[in-house]
Amino acid sequence: MRVVVSITRKDGLSDPEGATTAKALRQLGYPVGEVHFGRTITLEVDAADAAAARAAATDMCTRLLANPVIEDFTVFVSEGEAVR
Amino acid sequence: MKVAVVVFPGTNCEQDVVHALRALGGTAELVWHGDADLAGADGVVLPGGFAHGDYLRTGAIARFSPVMTAVDRLAAAGRPVLGICNGFQVLCEAGLLPGALVANRDLRFICRPVHVRVESTASILTAAATVGDVLRLPLNSYEGNYTASAAMLGELAATDRVVLRYCDPCGAVTEEANVNGSLDAIAGVANAAGNVAGLMPHPERASDEILGSTDGVVVLESFLIALRLAAVR
Repeated sequence: MRVVVSITRKDGLSDPEGATTAKALRQLGYPVGEVHFGRTITLEVDAADAAAARAAATDMCTRLLANPVIEDFTVFVSEGEAVR
Repeated sequence: MKVAVVVFPGTNCEQDVVHALRALGGTAELVWHGDADLAGADGVVLPGGFAHGDYLRTGAIARFSPVMTAVDRLAAAGRPVLGICNGFQVLCEAGLLPGALVANRDLRFICRPVHVRVESTASILTAAATVGDVLRLPLNSYEGNYTASAAMLGELAATDRVVLRYCDPCGAVTEEANVNGSLDAIAGVANAAGNVAGLMPHPERASDEILGSTDGVVVLESFLIALRLAAVR
């Protein structure tokens, strides 16, 4: 089962890349507030169902993929079709 | 009294640390990260470099190396554990030290000597120094920007665990002197017991006249003194 994990910088932590990009977007006329960079990790998880895949990915994030001091994470599980 | 200097794949400062510790009369040996024990060592240094390529996050993979179980045990036993640069990042990821190290404020790799002020002498990092001492040490990192939650920062300050702060040559902590944008200009911290500590600058690269500074000696001396004290306790 394909699982996509999105890892983002915690609010309040400085994100110079995001701040600079936000400024550029505003200069182009887009009504953009804060912009945050993060990373996505795509995992092929061997799991019986979506709930099990979600639980496994959440555990992976907690132990290794994300650092709770500086990052938040969100888990997206595909229910059949691949997550794009 | 032996010091284990851990080598992860991508570590590149291990020989410098061994050389500097031996020059100060210490006994130091390299230990491979895949080993399950520290070869009977009484203390451990995690040196600088790019453990496991710094993939995922600096120190994130290294903290699960087999040797880290033995490092945990040594730390719990009150023996000195020192992390330098990448080693500091590994100790933070491992939860042996609080906080985390993120990309420098200006998103540039910093490779130059900086000044740090000794803020506390309560840990193995600076026990042989004096509060207010200014040390000139080489900094060599991209992820050297220390951060922690507001609650943790308060706890660090209240418990005298901020060991080093970036400062100017006169010892003033200014925004300009805080080269990587670290929270509260923190360059080095210790755990609650004071036996685990980490710093971003490299004391081993300032341990001989030929290197342009011997200011790092007091840091390595502090570690070696702690090693002897912990062993007789």
